Amino acid sequence: MANGNAERSIQNKPAIALSNPMSKTLQLKLDYDQLTNCMRCGFCLPACPTFKETGLEQESPRGRIALMKAVADGIMDPDQAFQDQMNHCLGCRACEPACPADVKYGQLIEQARDAIEDHDVHSVPVKGLRKVFFDGVFPHRGRLKWLGRSLSIYQKSGLRKLVRGSGMMQLFPAYMREMEQILPDATAKGVVEQLGTVYPAKGETIARVALFRGCIMDVLFSETNVNTVKLLSEAGFEVVIPTEQVCCGALHAHSGEMERAKDLARTNVQVFKDAEIDYIVSNAGGCGALLVEYDHLLHEDSEYRELAEWFASQVIDVSMLLFEHGRIPAFAERNACANEPVMVTYQDSCHLRNVMKSSNAPRQLMKQVANVNFVEMKEADRCCGSAGIYNVTQPEMAGQILEHKMEHANRTGASYLLTSNPGCLLQMKLGALKHGVSGQMEVKHVVDFLYERISEIK
Amino acid sequence: MLDRVLTRKLRQIVGEENFRDDKEALVAHSYDGTPMLQSLPDGVIYPKDTYQVAEIMKNLAFYSVPVVSRGSGSNLCGGTVPVHGGVVMVMHRMNQILEVDLENLTATVQPGIITAEFITHIESLGLFYPPDPSSMRISTIGGNIAECSGGLRGLKYGTTKDYVIGLEAVLASGEIIRTGGKLMKDVAGYDLTKLLVGSEGTLAIITEATLKLVPPPKSKKTMLAMYKDLYGAARTVSRIIEAKIIPATLEFMDNPTIRVVDDFAKLGLPRDMEAILLIEQDGDLEAVERDIERIREICEAESADRVEVAESREHAEKLLTARRSAFTALARLRPTTILEDATVPRSKIADMVLRINEIARKYNVSIATFGHAGDGNLHPTATTDARDHDEVHRVEQAFEEIFEAAIELGGTITGEHGVGLVKAPFLEWKIGKTGIEVMRGIKQAFDPHNLLNPGKMFAKETRKRVVITRG
Ligand SMILES: Cc1cc2nc3c(=O)[nH]c(=O)nc-3n(C[C@H](O)[C@H](O)[C@H](O)COP(=O)(O)OP(=O)(O)OC[C@H]3O[C@@H](n4cnc5c(N)ncnc54)[C@H](O)[C@@H]3O)c2cc1C
Ligand code: SF4
Ligand code: SF4
Repeated sequence: MANGNAERSIQNKPAIALSNPMSKTLQLKLDYDQLTNCMRCGFCLPACPTFKETGLEQESPRGRIALMKAVADGIMDPDQAFQDQMNHCLGCRACEPACPADVKYGQLIEQARDAIEDHDVHSVPVKGLRKVFFDGVFPHRGRLKWLGRSLSIYQKSGLRKLVRGSGMMQLFPAYMREMEQILPDATAKGVVEQLGTVYPAKGETIARVALFRGCIMDVLFSETNVNTVKLLSEAGFEVVIPTEQVCCGALHAHSGEMERAKDLARTNVQVFKDAEIDYIVSNAGGCGALLVEYDHLLHEDSEYRELAEWFASQVIDVSMLLFEHGRIPAFAERNACANEPVMVTYQDSCHLRNVMKSSNAPRQLMKQVANVNFVEMKEADRCCGSAGIYNVTQPEMAGQILEHKMEHANRTGASYLLTSNPGCLLQMKLGALKHGVSGQMEVKHVVDFLYERISEIK
Repeated sequence: MLDRVLTRKLRQIVGEENFRDDKEALVAHSYDGTPMLQSLPDGVIYPKDTYQVAEIMKNLAFYSVPVVSRGSGSNLCGGTVPVHGGVVMVMHRMNQILEVDLENLTATVQPGIITAEFITHIESLGLFYPPDPSSMRISTIGGNIAECSGGLRGLKYGTTKDYVIGLEAVLASGEIIRTGGKLMKDVAGYDLTKLLVGSEGTLAIITEATLKLVPPPKSKKTMLAMYKDLYGAARTVSRIIEAKIIPATLEFMDNPTIRVVDDFAKLGLPRDMEAILLIEQDGDLEAVERDIERIREICEAESADRVEVAESREHAEKLLTARRSAFTALARLRPTTILEDATVPRSKIADMVLRINEIARKYNVSIATFGHAGDGNLHPTATTDARDHDEVHRVEQAFEEIFEAAIELGGTITGEHGVGLVKAPFLEWKIGKTGIEVMRGIKQAFDPHNLLNPGKMFAKETRKRVVITRG
């Protein structure tokens, strides 16, 4: 305190004319209170995967906040390096639970990306891809189905074989090539087409819950959605699936397409209010994390604010709902030899853990399966590197992180690697393919694993 | 801006990507854990071994460019803010444990290793390295040594200085010195090892350290005592020591802290208590149980309102929560949190806490105090908002008066956070003019051109002492 205010200020402050239009947008969008709340204690550093990989302060949460603040204070231009740094962040939000001052880092990074996005600087292929998916596909259920159908035709018709054989895949970037190999069989038949819109509880009804089916989930993992509904029913929940629901908007929000995300949120809030339910269940950490923050997303919208708060308070992760409120059925692993239990390990979904605060429930459920040994893998709480479209935009860092992740996974000797989010699921499958001991480890969603092990049914 | 030839040389020494002078890197190394301080360096360098450090120093000395050595930048005294520009030298790449010597019970490490990672490794070998600053999950051993950091176990086990027995360091000239060794006794000349401990990067760059290890205690017990009378708590602290018991931990929280912690952690603490003491003892089971029983008697004799001894590990964890949440709870209160560490003789704790509360009222600022009661090391913590210049000014005035009060009670301006930039103007209050002269002489001998962390420890001018008006 001592040298008085004179020295307690910014020295060597170059006068940056704030003529840069992106500076202005950033100053407008960044929440200066949150920037000030960061006291630079550094407690978030060990939690951050990009800091761990690089050891560089600028790749840490504290560093990124300092960069944002420097731009807001006019000490620094939001140059290309700044923009790249904002995109290097995985958005895994492991820094938030580590922060004593409760800095809302997730909001800051979204604000920064939103501002950068306003000045549109993507390379042509990324731009094209984003446009197609963000505006063209995710928000439209019909088109998603179409995508599912095309993928499914592609996968089933022999076209896939042809394409793979022809070497056509070589033309795609390496990541897309790898992804193509692990993509599950897509289907145009979502959960509603398979089970209808209302599914009764087995036994006495504990509560009426609505399933948030998710767009990627319902096309690529509709089986998981089906299993989620059936598992919930077994545990005593009546499940409804409002058909008017739309994409959660997470990918939009995390990549700076804020207005689009808000539109989607408004639709969902209304649809679920009309459904008259006790809980809104999510089985994808990535979606769920945005759903529980709809209150923040719409806090400036006077018309929807209250509804959004209600919505956010109803959202719950499927494992947590089962574990804390359900009648948990008996699970048993049948592939285990009598004296050798099957080893199972778990990769946290960052958003499930850090935002929805559900890390104990999935583990507890796995531990309840008879003939299964749960082994905790080292750094299971660390991001796997998939983080939305991070894989596509930052292939190098994502690759590094994945390699380390798989070293830890392999060391557990587990036969099953379970997770709770489609992005993580794909990433872990990719990991098992690239760095796994072949045939040793199967990657699955927790829900699928559990449902297949309900003793009475099979 | 650094000389072009110099930057080329620096890049040659460490490799292209380990020297940076882009804006991003400069901004990210312009601050540390100290609130409201920022100054940009001209470059950032990441050496990988002693040889590189020596070569870097030779070149910087030739061009008279200052250097600030930096661990994780978690210090609270402005110690790594490059107020004179120059190069920030980040020690993170030098993070190896070079050797653990089980015969001599020593470990030799590079300075960039994270304290908690070192401790975990040592404990996995069944050994014990006691210094445990609350920041140990981020701080480096190099930073701990340079600040002589303390921790919760300081009362019984001492602080960093008690465990550093040998150092390798690079001087401003680029020459390398080695001090001490794997020796429990060594009186060959002045004790340069101890001199470098706590030197805050102003005398040399530490490149290797040999640390003393001890066998771990066999068991531990935790208890909590609450007081309506502050002096009762203070007397308890003195009585425990008088009874020839040295607890492993003896932590203190005052009433404003108790209230904030209770609001935050919802522990149902009685809000009318003036003090809480958290006490732990470790050692052989029988001795631990005897000590804890004796301490309980002392607490009760000094009219503690409530005494709770943990029955199990979980119970102990519950008792520890209050003290552990203190910093987090305070940090969430207002945007800016200023954590100080005025220290007094243990017998003067109650007087000091009352003075702090009085001073806070006088300047109309909120200051909560918690800390290491056994060491007399208090952490008066002000919660404010950097943007409110008027309030920040009052906080600064309050802290000046707190330093003054600490010295008056026979204490010091800083117990473990270091002088750095923010307490430099007060150093003379504690050590006097002659003390400053001697220290300047030492600085001159190590670093004649003032290149190592300039602006720290010695102020341009000493703060005029405030005249204390009571009431
Ligand atoms: C929330 C919080 C809690 C804290 N709790 C405690 C506590 O309980 N006890 C305590 O004592 N401190 C505490 N501190 C202060 C701080 O964490 C310690 O001073 C720590 O030792 C700093 O380590 P660092 O690696 O971050 O060093 P830095 O902050 O990077 O550097 C500190 C000083 O050391 C010098 N230095 C660093 N490396 C070297 C080297 N290799 N050679 C020479 N000089 C070097 C720097 O120049 C600087 O002067 C706390 C800080 C925070 C933010
Ligand atoms: S832990 Fe929180 S307050 Fe500390 S540096 Fe990180 S974001 Fe800032
Ligand atoms: S969100 Fe994840 S990657 Fe980004 S700064 Fe926080 S911890 Fe690091």
